[in-house]
Amino acid sequence: MDLHFGDSKPTDEERAAVDALLGPPESPWEGASDRPDADLRWARGGRTARDRRDLLLPGLHAVNDRIGWISEGALAYLCRRLTVPPAEAYGVATFYSMFAVRPRPATRVQVCTDLACAARGSAELCSELESRLGPSGTVWEKSPCLGLCERAPAALVTRAGPPAARSLPAPPLPESPAGRASSIAGGAQIEPLRRLRSGGPGAGPRSAAGFREGAGRGEQHATAVLAPATVDTVIRGTESPETATPEAPAAAAVPQAGQEGLTLLKRIGKIDPYSLDDYRSTGGYEALRRAFRLGPAEVIREVTDAGLLGRGGAAFPTGRKWQATASQPDHPHYLVCNADESEPGTFKDRVLMEGDPYALIEAMTIAGYATGAHLGYLYLRGEYPRALERLTHALAQARARGLLGDDVLGQGYAFDIELRRGAGAYICGEETALFNSIEGYRGEPRSKPPFPVEKGLFGKPTAANNVETLVNVLPILTMGAQAYAAIGTPTSTGPKLFCVSGNVDRPGVYELPFGATLGDLLELAGKPDQLRAVLLGGAAGGFVRGDELDIPLTFEGTREAGTTLGSGVVLALDDTVPLPRMLLRIAEFFRDESCGQCVPCRVGTVRQEEALHRIAERTGAAAADDIALLRDVGRAMKDASICGLGQTAWNAVESAIDRLGTYA
Amino acid sequence: MTAIPLQPPRRLVEFTLDDEPVRVPEGATVLDACRAAGKDIPTLCEGDTLTPKNACRVCVVEVEGARTLAPACSRRAEPGMEVRTDTERARHSRRLVLELLASSVDLSTTPRVQEWLKEYEAKPDRFGPDAARLNESPKVDNDLYVRDYDKCILCYKCVDACGEQWQNTFAIAVAGRGFDARIAVEHDAPLTDSACVYCGNCIEVCPTGALSFKSEFDMRAAGTWDESAQTETTTVCAYCGVGCNLTLHVQDNEIVKVTSPHDNPVTHGNLCIKGRFGYQHVQNRD
Repeated sequence: MDLHFGDSKPTDEERAAVDALLGPPESPWEGASDRPDADLRWARGGRTARDRRDLLLPGLHAVNDRIGWISEGALAYLCRRLTVPPAEAYGVATFYSMFAVRPRPATRVQVCTDLACAARGSAELCSELESRLGPSGTVWEKSPCLGLCERAPAALVTRAGPPAARSLPAPPLPESPAGRASSIAGGAQIEPLRRLRSGGPGAGPRSAAGFREGAGRGEQHATAVLAPATVDTVIRGTESPETATPEAPAAAAVPQAGQEGLTLLKRIGKIDPYSLDDYRSTGGYEALRRAFRLGPAEVIREVTDAGLLGRGGAAFPTGRKWQATASQPDHPHYLVCNADESEPGTFKDRVLMEGDPYALIEAMTIAGYATGAHLGYLYLRGEYPRALERLTHALAQARARGLLGDDVLGQGYAFDIELRRGAGAYICGEETALFNSIEGYRGEPRSKPPFPVEKGLFGKPTAANNVETLVNVLPILTMGAQAYAAIGTPTSTGPKLFCVSGNVDRPGVYELPFGATLGDLLELAGKPDQLRAVLLGGAAGGFVRGDELDIPLTFEGTREAGTTLGSGVVLALDDTVPLPRMLLRIAEFFRDESCGQCVPCRVGTVRQEEALHRIAERTGAAAADDIALLRDVGRAMKDASICGLGQTAWNAVESAIDRLGTYA
Repeated sequence: MTAIPLQPPRRLVEFTLDDEPVRVPEGATVLDACRAAGKDIPTLCEGDTLTPKNACRVCVVEVEGARTLAPACSRRAEPGMEVRTDTERARHSRRLVLELLASSVDLSTTPRVQEWLKEYEAKPDRFGPDAARLNESPKVDNDLYVRDYDKCILCYKCVDACGEQWQNTFAIAVAGRGFDARIAVEHDAPLTDSACVYCGNCIEVCPTGALSFKSEFDMRAAGTWDESAQTETTTVCAYCGVGCNLTLHVQDNEIVKVTSPHDNPVTHGNLCIKGRFGYQHVQNRD
């Protein structure tokens, strides 16, 4: 491999951003300016250098966080440091919506126009912003779902700049103004863990670097969540994230917070999410202790007996996945937590991670122990700054207290967690796309078989689980499989989180045992008088009518009713919401988020959006031809797309036509 | 004499293909079995010298018990599986893939595609006159070959041939996402600013003519390109001691294109810049 890096040079600031992550370059081969004699006889590179490919995404983040965009010089320098071909790195950088390869303002505001926000006035917000700030794509831009649906309409401000601090201060109060303009120690957490994967030292000199203050730029990297957003808060946000109104605490997203009888949400709002002591004093790390007493095989048996099904949308039996991973002869095994929560209308994982971050860390440790993994990757959605900050802090605390590291709880089991940030790509929620993303490639799904339990992350056996799935393992171990399985119905066991948004009085995350009906849930959330439709499972899910409130919210119940539970989205729409507009938004979403790898999805999503545009104002016979076309294209997408994105992209629109009679 | 590389004996896998029992060596794909049985499955992103990305989805077949269709080019034959290649469901997806491609990409130089469009009764016009197309213009930035991405179906073959499957140059990659994804060098720069070594192995594998010799591109533009008037002569490259096979495509006593036999056991159709493009001295008549 004879790489060609071009003549572009990084600025000092770009170089500092990369060096803060990777450490200073060791030799001119990596971009250092002085050439010691030894280098004339010594070429670095080869397998060891290429082994660091997975640092490409963190590297792109480091530059983008600091400068706001990725220049030719910055990309070339990063490629030189990591021995990555620039064409491939350019392909990766242009894959993610958070990165730009053209100059742009340091501060950008993303205004969500997705389903839940559209049901609560994002269109009005955007048209006012257009008149006051200019069209979308300048200082502000329209964005897919930001996962803040309970506080719709939502916006996210990001200002590029040097990282604010070397390490995060422990905030004095739970949910204190720390959430106000949370600063991200981008990539700092990656450092100490590499040896676990590469099996020894020599993975690089990065630990020496630490953070360096950026040269000459006053303003530090900052983010602010504006939810609910108004024209004034957005305009103030474009000026400075620091002056933004403080974000509501995580518990505000949980209307049941503090109630008795909660299992998954029991700590939200009750404990300080920064305090490990709070977590331990409320039953934290009991499950891991029990896991160590049981041993890996028994843990898997407990999870299998409990009947836990994956909560990310596919409802695969978790115990079977763990068993299949644990029994693979190939090593090492990896654990991946899929926290790339991007399904429009879904925000449960964000609330769990912001309100109870240690629970996820404990659950990942148990999953790693059971599946024989010594390294877990937590792939967090890029648009979740507060979850990033809290998880980063919690990981550092857990490491400092011996709950992660070479000897977890003194039991001789080594486990650590690397936190990786996504960068704005819905497709990376697909597990094999997520692996590619972590490995430093474009987040394109792989063909299955082989399945991840056999060949997953870095080609090794991998168990990939959603956040909510993992957190369910804690009550399984503390209560015992039998008691857990008694919750819910025989085939959908345990408690379930539902993300209720749209036209309800009390939107938020609700915890109910499986078996509650849609009506029960909407009653809790304050159902609108004129409920017209409910979208279950998000953009990849399906609509049901407002009079189908007796549908049981279980995997089997929704399947029997011809719909899906998906990721637990329950988006209520009253009769003020124009449905064709919503369907068009769903089609736009999938067109934007298709990775472009396979033809049915890459072109099919475009053709469907065009057809929905044509019939936006039409019904009956005037729409019939285009509906037939939608069905034809949709069928091929369902049958012939590589991954779940293309296979489900047409579901919601199809259900609206068939079930709600839209366009009839 | 052709050298036939010996391979270790492989076990045979038995399965059902369109209700007929077939036996193929372990590791063979469903497409291998179809071809052995004389079935003509359309393919675009599959190539005889590459591991396919299975991105085009035009070769999908129905596998009993599977929720979705399977790409014949990549699905390995498994004992006992039941595969149907010509069901209504499989034909529907193939027709749609052809319609979606033909409505967005210029397939005028793609071999066999007109035949398939007819066979599957595809109607690419049904998406209307406003259907989005790629709308790319040819990139002519060097003297050797042209990249006309209006004809690109994103089969990933050129990327794979340039990268780890053959050339290890990594000059090109897919950039962008979704319908806006394109093959590009870094920063969409001209080829001359990239790592390209002009081996032309990407042209060798391009299934649509998006990548072509400058000579072919110019002759097509001038209307003088005529494949029926061309002869193909396979010879040995004289530049170095490797002895790669060259196939010279000659029209009106001028070399207009150079390819290399894909079944050559050493080079598998790959050449370097000298073999691929260094033929001018042959026709230097001054």
